[in-house]
Amino acid sequence: MDYFLTEEQIMLRDLARQIAVERMLPIRAELDEKEEFPHAIMSDLADADLFGVVVPEEYGGLGFGTMENCLVVEELSRVCSGITTAYAASGLGAYPIILFGNDDQKKKYLPVIASGSQLAAFGLTESTAGSDAAGIQTTAIKDGDHYVLNGTKQWITNAAEAGIYTVIAMTDRKKGARGATAFIVEKGDPGFSFGKKETKMGIRASSTGELIFQDCRIPADRVLAREGMGFIVVMKTFDKSRPGVGAQAVGLAQGALDEAAAFAKTRIQFEKPIFSFQAVQHMLADMATQVEAARALVYSVARFIDSGAKDVAKVAAMAKYFPSDVAMKVTTDAVQVMGGHGYMRDYPVEKMMRDAKILQIYEGTNQIQRNIVGQELNKEYGRKK
Amino acid sequence: MRTLVCIKQVPDTKNIKIDPETNTLIRQGVESIVNPFDLFACEAALALKDQLGGTVTAMTMGPPQAESALREVMGLGVDDAGLLADQAFAGSDTWATSYTLAKGAEKLGPFDLIVCGKQAIDGDTAQVGPEMAARLNIPYVSFVRRIVSCDGQEMTVERLMDDGYDVVTFKLPALVTVVKEIGEVRVPSFKNKMKAKKCPVPVYGAADLGAEESSCGLEGSPTRVVRIFAPKPRDNREKWEGEPEELAVRVLKRLSADKIITAAID
Repeated sequence: MDYFLTEEQIMLRDLARQIAVERMLPIRAELDEKEEFPHAIMSDLADADLFGVVVPEEYGGLGFGTMENCLVVEELSRVCSGITTAYAASGLGAYPIILFGNDDQKKKYLPVIASGSQLAAFGLTESTAGSDAAGIQTTAIKDGDHYVLNGTKQWITNAAEAGIYTVIAMTDRKKGARGATAFIVEKGDPGFSFGKKETKMGIRASSTGELIFQDCRIPADRVLAREGMGFIVVMKTFDKSRPGVGAQAVGLAQGALDEAAAFAKTRIQFEKPIFSFQAVQHMLADMATQVEAARALVYSVARFIDSGAKDVAKVAAMAKYFPSDVAMKVTTDAVQVMGGHGYMRDYPVEKMMRDAKILQIYEGTNQIQRNIVGQELNKEYGRKK
Repeated sequence: MRTLVCIKQVPDTKNIKIDPETNTLIRQGVESIVNPFDLFACEAALALKDQLGGTVTAMTMGPPQAESALREVMGLGVDDAGLLADQAFAGSDTWATSYTLAKGAEKLGPFDLIVCGKQAIDGDTAQVGPEMAARLNIPYVSFVRRIVSCDGQEMTVERLMDDGYDVVTFKLPALVTVVKEIGEVRVPSFKNKMKAKKCPVPVYGAADLGAEESSCGLEGSPTRVVRIFAPKPRDNREKWEGEPEELAVRVLKRLSADKIITAAID
């Protein structure tokens, strides 16, 4: 399908594809096996300017939008969704600063993130606060011209690997959701440390762990937007990042389809390539159709967001849950097409199937995404009465 | 420090086929790439630029479409480029190529250092770099695997040999040819690729270089290809398999029996 990409978009996509094929492909299985963080690839992505895709040019980035971010993420994820998670999580950590940072904050942090010299991370989830973000226990108490943070964030991507963190903490618990505030925390801030690194089912090249705040003192100028705007920061960030998760799912599903189709051409059973059997063809046809539908949705939503549209929560949620459900289905079917081979670690599709599952869970479970779409529909049809 | 990198656009030999009739490469429909060793040359030059500052210029002799090879290396961070293209250059052997490239280096220069890949993967002669140095009357070191030090005046390198390596120190200007051990080639950056897309690539013909046409191209090429053939596999080969200790004894016995060595075997 021709999505009428601009010349710049094609250059960007091809650059991401080159890094994926030349650098990521040869080591993806080893990184997955050893649960090793892809430092060398992060350095390649930095050299290629790809950490700056959505950072404005005046802060050292490329100044592109959601669509270009999706193109890069899709290409990387086609080869390894684990490495892509480490890359994309830096973007997730950067979005709050891009969207809500004041000029000083942008000047200080965005060039560092755009150059890739430090990764960013986003700290929202806690043991008591997943889908119910209002369950956050981490507190930030104002003390003169400082805030003092206490609490533990869990399952944070890039935890110990990042240098710059956007963290959500409660500044006024009585106000509930309106008592949450977003802060920028730096590695090395007093009282800020890391807990255990998790062992995971998939995306094992990425690093997931705890952020621990014990009387962590940070200057008051680290507040993003204003006190009490924490959840708005979160929601607006997710509006931008969720199509990126969708693009990650599209890439992953495409990668699995590529593997399954190539295998089906060469696997001989009953003296014929299994591709010639209608049962296999129908599976591949469904896989290809679902991937294309997911891609079309992600690109449309990304372009809609980049057009400056205001209320995008509904479509951003659609562009996250549909593609990630597709990725789960397509990777599972890729394993099925390849049979015993697909189940073995000698082939990449078992990893792709393990990697797919998280896309239905993180950055808001797919059930929460449906809630968002449902609530927006309820509002829309309420208005029309 | 001003560095020149000489590159060549070659057919991608990963996908190439040999015509069984003529034993020559079938070039039709084969994608062109930058000679991989020349990318290592770019990496060496760019690493020196990272360290010492200065500029890196890329130059190639070839048909007009070789411009894409120059733009590709500009994506890696090469600052500017020159294309030597002229009907008069067609059919050059290594001798005529080195003449033309030397003229090009004089035109685009002066340079403190010229870096070439050790050889091109199509011709595999490894002659052009050294011949170019001879033409320019500057020292050269081939098969460089590491640049130990360089201060812009003097350079120390490690030259890869069959039985280890040499350490060579020499004065600049000079020419080096590099092997793949020089270091993994960096990825292109988006900003450099954008720059490369817009940057003009000047084209120089024989007249622009002050080159004598009789020294260029087919006319300036003393090499005549009489016949190309695939060498016959060597006969009398044996393959032994087994444990290293057992095989070592077997080799020793055989060499001794064939009177190649004199050894006492228990």
